Amino acid sequence: MNDWILWLLDLPPEASTYAAGVDCLHFVVITTTVFGAVLVFLLAVYWLVRYRQRRPLETTATSSISLRHEIALIGGLLSLFLAFWVVGATQYNHMRSPPAGAMTVYVTAKQWMWKFGYPSGRASMDILTVPVHRPVKLVMTSRDVIHSFYVPAFRMKQDVVPGRYYTAWFEATSPGQYAIECAEYCGVSHSRMGGAVQVLSDEDYARWLGGKEFDAPGARFEGSVAERGDLASAGRDVAARRGCFACHTIDGQPHIGPTWVGLFGSEVTLADGTSVVADEAYLTRSMMDPQAQIVRGYKPVMPTYFGVLEATEVASLVEFMKSIADVTPTPAITLPRVAPEPGTGSRGSLP
Amino acid sequence: MSVRAAAHFEDIERQEQAARLGMWVFLASEILFFAGLFALYFAYRSEHPRGFDLGIARNTIAWGSVNTAVLLVSSYTVALAVHELRRGKPVAAAWLVGVTVALGLCFLCVKTGEYLEHFREGIYPAGAGAFFAENDEPGIKMFFTLYFCMTGLHAIHVIVGMGVLVALLVRVLRGSIVPAASYPLAVGAVYWHLVDVIWIFLWPLFYLTPGGLQ
Amino acid sequence: MTTIDASALFPGRATGDDPAQEPAAAAPGQAGPSYLTDGTTVWSWIATTDHKRIGVMYFVTTVFALAMGGAFALLLRAEHLTPTRTIVDAYTYNRLFTMHGIVMVWLFMIPSIPAAFGNFLLPMMLGAKDVAFPRLNLLSYYIYLVGSIWVLVALWMGGCDTGWTFYTPYSAHSPSAVVPTVFGIFIVGWSTILTGMNFIVTTHTMRARGLGWFRMPLFVWAMYGTSIIQVLATPVLAISLAIVGVDHALDWGLFDPARGGDPVLYQHLFWFYSHPAVYIMILPAMGVISEVVPTFCHHNISSYKAIAYSTLGIAFVGFGTWGHHMFVAGISAFDAGAFGVLSMLVAIFSAIKVFTWVFTMRAGSIVLRTPLVYFFAFLFLFVFGGMTGVAVATQSLDVHWHDTYFVVAHFHFIMVGGTLTAWLAAIHYWFPKVTGKMYSERWATLGAVLVFGGFFLTFFPQFLLGNAGMPRRYYDYDPVYQPLHVASTIGAFILGAAMLLVCIVLVVAIFTGERASANPWDSRSYEWYAPSPPPKHNFDREPAFGRGPYDYAEPFAGAAEFEASPEAKAGTS
Repeated sequence: MNDWILWLLDLPPEASTYAAGVDCLHFVVITTTVFGAVLVFLLAVYWLVRYRQRRPLETTATSSISLRHEIALIGGLLSLFLAFWVVGATQYNHMRSPPAGAMTVYVTAKQWMWKFGYPSGRASMDILTVPVHRPVKLVMTSRDVIHSFYVPAFRMKQDVVPGRYYTAWFEATSPGQYAIECAEYCGVSHSRMGGAVQVLSDEDYARWLGGKEFDAPGARFEGSVAERGDLASAGRDVAARRGCFACHTIDGQPHIGPTWVGLFGSEVTLADGTSVVADEAYLTRSMMDPQAQIVRGYKPVMPTYFGVLEATEVASLVEFMKSIADVTPTPAITLPRVAPEPGTGSRGSLP
Repeated sequence: MSVRAAAHFEDIERQEQAARLGMWVFLASEILFFAGLFALYFAYRSEHPRGFDLGIARNTIAWGSVNTAVLLVSSYTVALAVHELRRGKPVAAAWLVGVTVALGLCFLCVKTGEYLEHFREGIYPAGAGAFFAENDEPGIKMFFTLYFCMTGLHAIHVIVGMGVLVALLVRVLRGSIVPAASYPLAVGAVYWHLVDVIWIFLWPLFYLTPGGLQ
Repeated sequence: MTTIDASALFPGRATGDDPAQEPAAAAPGQAGPSYLTDGTTVWSWIATTDHKRIGVMYFVTTVFALAMGGAFALLLRAEHLTPTRTIVDAYTYNRLFTMHGIVMVWLFMIPSIPAAFGNFLLPMMLGAKDVAFPRLNLLSYYIYLVGSIWVLVALWMGGCDTGWTFYTPYSAHSPSAVVPTVFGIFIVGWSTILTGMNFIVTTHTMRARGLGWFRMPLFVWAMYGTSIIQVLATPVLAISLAIVGVDHALDWGLFDPARGGDPVLYQHLFWFYSHPAVYIMILPAMGVISEVVPTFCHHNISSYKAIAYSTLGIAFVGFGTWGHHMFVAGISAFDAGAFGVLSMLVAIFSAIKVFTWVFTMRAGSIVLRTPLVYFFAFLFLFVFGGMTGVAVATQSLDVHWHDTYFVVAHFHFIMVGGTLTAWLAAIHYWFPKVTGKMYSERWATLGAVLVFGGFFLTFFPQFLLGNAGMPRRYYDYDPVYQPLHVASTIGAFILGAAMLLVCIVLVVAIFTGERASANPWDSRSYEWYAPSPPPKHNFDREPAFGRGPYDYAEPFAGAAEFEASPEAKAGTS
């Protein structure tokens, strides 16, 4: 069924878990479109012939479309459109909610290339290598202008905006190479800002992890960003180098800022009373725009790291925080508690 | 005294109605022109509350308040001018329009003084200047860029409004706006009120509301 | 064609394509000289406050803009004959598609129907002598002209390469002439605002006695809805583009993330204008169709109030749908859902209009003339294009289609298939009224068929290109897309040739066409009560406001009265 839809609509192959559902909706909507346009046109042609003028300057009796007909037509059409909306919005929300346990790849876009950083510390240009049948979460930012990460075969697209870290996800369903295209106009070489997602079977992926096999010819490698192994351990060095440990601890004690132990994935209460899950999006935003979401009980004293931290450093820090998400707090020494008790901090925080 | 309507109008009442409606529609447009900048202000303030608080604290409440008073009084004098003209006192009306223009000038002088003070402190648009080297709170650069944009755009409207009032003043003195058809002055006054109203919104946003800052 | 002989004023023999050149040899009729002959000097045109002359001046200017934008389009299509370089380099290509968009949107599409036809027709349809502010109307034209020239200057300075959307941060750092371009558009924007203001006031205050709101021709409703959008949306564009200009020229960084700015906020502001701007472009087209269909079907519009209220519905709900341009730009899932459902709602208003037009045909007395041929083209293309609009407003589908050729095809179906087709219908429908001449029905119909065929061949393949995953604004493309690109290019050149044919047919008609009577189509709408072409103050007898503009149950009220003496021209209401 779907192969026939792909052929009819000139669609690329379906290579992600949600592509088939999107294509089904696509088929229904487009069929309705063609059917609707042809039906209305044929009705008009029929009446054109049926009610052609018989003699010049004829007059015609006044007649109106009845309210009942009007309501039926409008109601029917609105129900149809709302049905499209319900299915479309449900699919869209699914496409925007990365499943738990997805592997993370950090994506940095710049004119006119894609750079991918893997938790293992490996990095690649323009070729994103992922295993088949595993959800992959992309944490994406841009170094210059807005780009858009588009993989037609996955039916996925997400704008990549400087100063922000957006997440997107997919789960590839069959091994192969799928084109990446930049879909947001970004300057003179916009049309050449391509790449490919290389989806490998589990065995091939294991071999890829071990060495540099399966790297497509022409793929440019920058080698490892981390001097010592994976991103998480690189993150510890970055945190030390950038002075994060002056305010954040990794032994479970709150200090000037919240501790990082157990932070990732937990639900934190903000100064305004709302709560968010400390995921990649929240953590990256807290680095770029620290004042936006202050954790209740802490003073808004963190400076922005926008333009200070490299994208790979941000990725390393997030991976580092992930790696200590379920470590048992073991305070070595008791630090002075700088922040006021939770609940009393509203004077120091902002509206 | 009868006043003849323009050739394409049925009567002077319709012409007056058209002029008034036209100005109100134009003012709706003007408000949306400013709305773009207000949208920027509120979006950025919610993202950088602290930077905006610090920025507001840098502005002198007294000067902002003096300017508010000046504009409020000028709105009163121009309204009074319309009233006097309707009562058949064009000379009094002309004087009052003159006072309104003078008050507008006064507003601009105060505003210029404030700008010069900011420049002296090293505060320029776009986050340029020595001030921002010491005060690198996120959002404070944006606060002052918006401050210069919004008060600058408002100042341009003050200047345009003064131009409109001067043109009307000349017409009153020449006798081409007469008590029986005083609506051109009334319509010009409505524009001047808009200039005033926009300032009434700028005043709290840039002077009076430094949020939860201690 | 019709037995009604209004013995309209005929401007005599013509000597040049500029109507200003026509000698004042008009036969003196009851109504005084026509607006074309009432003053024949160049000055009498460039300093005119006559809404009809201003309308004609807008028309001529927008046709030049269309020709320029069309030439850019053909260059773009020619470039895509091969997957890599064909005729221009990448930088030139980028500037061409940007200038194509800018010229078509702001210099052609937005003033095309409202400023040209609206100016000509609005006062006539209201039984007025002119718009409320005739001098402001002339000023609006010159503001538009200066803005357009400024855009030409920008073009001469190398043009702009940001795309017509001017997305930051690229537009803040683009090496091209961004500042003069946005300045030109900024100026044109004030012309749009003033025209909108003028039309709103005209509709409120210039209606003839006896002409209530629900007796106005539906084109007036369309103009009214359009004007509301023009007045309320354009200033937001003006300020957004002013900020883009300031960011580019002075580096103030109002959208620069490094200084606390937010590039996505620019997109919100831009689309807050630019989505309603789509309705500035399509509502007047709908107004034209609402006039053409009853006239050629000789039947009352099947639901007047449905058209009038859906016009206002589009004008207001259209302000709440802009986020559907940003489904992949990082807005929240909640926002996306809200914008999605509002977009579905706004589509319903258009559907109401379509049903009303089609049901107007039922039990009519239909004469297939060129404007109605354009209506049929419009009907198919607009319904198809509109339904693909519902498709791209369906959130999960938009993720795949956003910024691909599918979206390009969709909005060209609406903007060209809808608005341009309706604009051509308007030209053919009101040609006798504006020029006092008839054109060759046969050649004009051929032109209409070719426009439809060329258009369909140009843009239908682009839907498939979008499905296949071809992003828009791509200079190079994967060779697998080439056959569809070649088909599209062939279609574009057929469309270009068809437009040229239409142009020739009409220019020939100006010189050699038969004289037109006052009401050659046997319409009931008020402008047809005036002679063709109308005298300076439009009417020498009052239209039958009491009967309304769509009353086809009785013969045309103008004929009998017109036979009578000028004294017997009292209103029939």
